[in-house]
Amino acid sequence: MAGLLSAQQVTSVRGERTLFKALSLSLNCGELCQVVGPNGAGKSSFLRICAGLLPLQQGEIQYQGESIEQCRTAYHQDLLFIGHKAGVKPELTAIENLMFFAQAQGQPFEEPPYDVLATVGLVGLEDIPAQQLSAGQQRRIALARLWCSSAKIWILDEPFTSLDTAGIELLHGRFDEHLQQGGAVLMTSHQALSQLKGAVSQIVLEYQH
Amino acid sequence: MWRWLHPYAKPEATFRLNQKLLPWFAVPGIIVLAVGIIWGLAFAPADYQQGDSYRIIFTHVPAAMWSMGFYVGMAIAALIAIVWQIRTAEWAILAIAPVGAVLTFISLFTGAVWGKPMWGTWWEWDARLTSQLILFFLYLGVLALYAAFEDERTGAKAAGILALIGVVNIPIIHYSVYWWNTLHQQSTITQAITRLERPSIADEMLWPLLTCILGFLLVSSALVIMRLNNEILKREIRRPWAQQELTGHTAEGGQS
Amino acid sequence: MAKIRTATILTALIKRDLSVAMRQRSDLLNPIIFLLVVITLFPLGVGPEPEILGRIAPGVIWVSALLSALLGLERLFRDDFRDGALEQMLLLPVATEWAIVGKIFVHWLLSAAPLLILAPLLALLLNLPQEAWFTLWMTLLLGTPVLSSVGAIGVALTVSLNKGGALLSLLLLPLLVPLLIFATAAIETAASGLPALGPLAFMGAILVLTTTLSPFAVHAALRVSVN
Repeated sequence: MAGLLSAQQVTSVRGERTLFKALSLSLNCGELCQVVGPNGAGKSSFLRICAGLLPLQQGEIQYQGESIEQCRTAYHQDLLFIGHKAGVKPELTAIENLMFFAQAQGQPFEEPPYDVLATVGLVGLEDIPAQQLSAGQQRRIALARLWCSSAKIWILDEPFTSLDTAGIELLHGRFDEHLQQGGAVLMTSHQALSQLKGAVSQIVLEYQH
Repeated sequence: MWRWLHPYAKPEATFRLNQKLLPWFAVPGIIVLAVGIIWGLAFAPADYQQGDSYRIIFTHVPAAMWSMGFYVGMAIAALIAIVWQIRTAEWAILAIAPVGAVLTFISLFTGAVWGKPMWGTWWEWDARLTSQLILFFLYLGVLALYAAFEDERTGAKAAGILALIGVVNIPIIHYSVYWWNTLHQQSTITQAITRLERPSIADEMLWPLLTCILGFLLVSSALVIMRLNNEILKREIRRPWAQQELTGHTAEGGQS
Repeated sequence: MAKIRTATILTALIKRDLSVAMRQRSDLLNPIIFLLVVITLFPLGVGPEPEILGRIAPGVIWVSALLSALLGLERLFRDDFRDGALEQMLLLPVATEWAIVGKIFVHWLLSAAPLLILAPLLALLLNLPQEAWFTLWMTLLLGTPVLSSVGAIGVALTVSLNKGGALLSLLLLPLLVPLLIFATAAIETAASGLPALGPLAFMGAILVLTTTLSPFAVHAALRVSVN
C-alpha cells in the first residue's frame, strides 16, 4: 500500500488564495508523475511541499509510509530536487559544482567526473566558471546530477527549461533508465512526455480564482 | 495548551470573543484612566522637592511599564504563531506592535519633558531612558520588517521571529545598559534622583499611580483588541461570516 | 556512521563557500577598507589631540567595526538565495542547523581574520594606550562570532527582500548593544591599567549564548524566507 512517495489531502493557501485543495498523489518505484496546469496553478508549490521545502499547511507527505517530518534525513538522502534556481554557484566551475553536489549527497567522487560532464555535453567547458556559460549550459550542470546520484526520488521543476532538443532527448533517455532501475520521478513540464516507455501519470491542477 | 487555543485558531471565534471582551476593557479603562489622571494631577499632594513637575509620573510610569509588558505579550503571540501556525496569533503580533511602540514613545517623551525641570536638560543618558530608547528601536524593527514584505503572512512570521529574538535579548540589553550607566556615572544629579525615587512613595501618590497603571493597561488592551478585530475583518472580508458580520451591523445601525 | 557523514557534508559545504569567497575577494576586502576609512575620518572630525583620540578609541573602533560588519553580512545568504543554493542547503541530508553553523563559521573566518590582523593598526591610528591593545584584540576575537551569528538571523529574515541594507541595520544594531557595551568597557578598563576580565567574561557568556541559539533562529527564519 505504502508507495515510495505519497501525498494525502494536501492543501496549499498562498496569501488569500487557495492554490489547490485536498490533492493526493501516490508514486511507486518505476513511476513518473507529471504535474500539469496553467501558470500560477501551484505546480511549483506542490513540488516544493513534496520536497519538504515549504511547510505543510494541511495533509501529509509520506516517504515509504512514514511522514517526511519524521524521517527527514533519510528522505532527503533519497531525494534529488532541482528547482527553478538549480543551486549552481556561478563563481565555481562545472566540475567544482558537480563535485560539491556529489559530496553533499554523501557520494563523493574519487576523481573529477569528466565523463559525466561529457555525457551532458559539456566537453571542454569543465573548468570555466559557470557564470560564463549560457543558461542552457548552466542547466546542464545542474542536470548532470541526475547521472551521478543514487537518489531514488527525483523532484524536478521544469527540467527542460532552456534546454535544446538534443538536451531534452538526452533527459528523456535518462528518465527511462531511472524508471527501469526502480526510481521515481515527480516533475512539472509543459511538454508532452509521450516518448517515455515507463508508467506515466498526470496530475492536473486548475487555476483557482 | 493546544486544546485551549484551538478554537481561537478560527478567526471567527477570536472575533466573537473580542467583541464580547471589548466593552469590558474599553469602558472601565476610560473610567479608571480618567479617575487616575484627575486624581493624580489635581488631588494628589505636590512633591516636597520636585513640586508639581513630578506629576508626569502618572503617565510616564504606566507607559514605561506597559511598553515592556506589551513587548512580552507580542512575543507570546509570536511564539503561538510560530509553534502552532495560528493566523490569528500572527495578526495579534501586528495588533500589539504599534500600540507598544506608542507606549514606548510616550514614556520617552514624558521622560524627556520630566528631565527638563529635573536635570535641566531634555535628554540625559540615564539607564532607564536609554534602555527605553533601545526598546523603541526594537519595536520599530518589528514594524519595519513586517512592512518590508509584500506577502503579509511571510511578513508576520518574520516579524514574529524577530520579536522572539528581541524578547530573549531584552533582559541582556536591560542589564548591560544599567551596568554601562553605573560605569559612566558622572552627574551626581542622576544619582541623587535615582536615590530619591527609590524610597517608598507616599500613599497619597501611590494610589493614583496604581490607578493610572491599571487604566493604561485596560485602554491599551482595548486598543489592541480593536486593532486585532479590524485586522481579522480586513483579512477575512471575503468569507461569508465576515460579510454577515458587516452587513448585520450596518442593518442594525440603520434601524437605530 | 551518521556522524561521519555529517562531518563530510559540512566539510564539503565549508570548502565550497571558501572557494566561492576566494573568487570574490573584493567583496571580502571592501568592508575592512571601509572600516579603515571611517577610522581615518574620526581624527579629521574631532581633531588630532592624542588624549581625546585615546579616550574615544574603544568606542570608535567598535562602532566602526559594527557598521563595517553590517556591510559584509548580506554575503552570508544573499547569493545562495538568488542562485538556489539555499534551497539545496535546506535539503541536505543533515540537520539544517549544522549547515547553518558551517555557513556562519565561514563568514566569521573571512570577516574576522582581516579585522584581527588590522586591530593593532587601528589602535595605533587612534592612539589607544598600549596596555589595552591585547584586550582590544580579545574583544574582537570574542565579539566577531557574535556579530556573525546574530547577523545571520537578520540576514535570514531579510534575504528574500530586495532592500537589505538599512533594514538590516535597524533590526540588528539594537540587538548588538550589549556587545558594544561590554567590549568598550573591557578596553577602557584595560586602558586605565585594570584587569578587564569581568566584561570579557560577559562577552564570553554572550558568545556561548548566541552561537548555540542562533542556528535554530536562523533555521526558522530561513524557512519563512525560502518560500
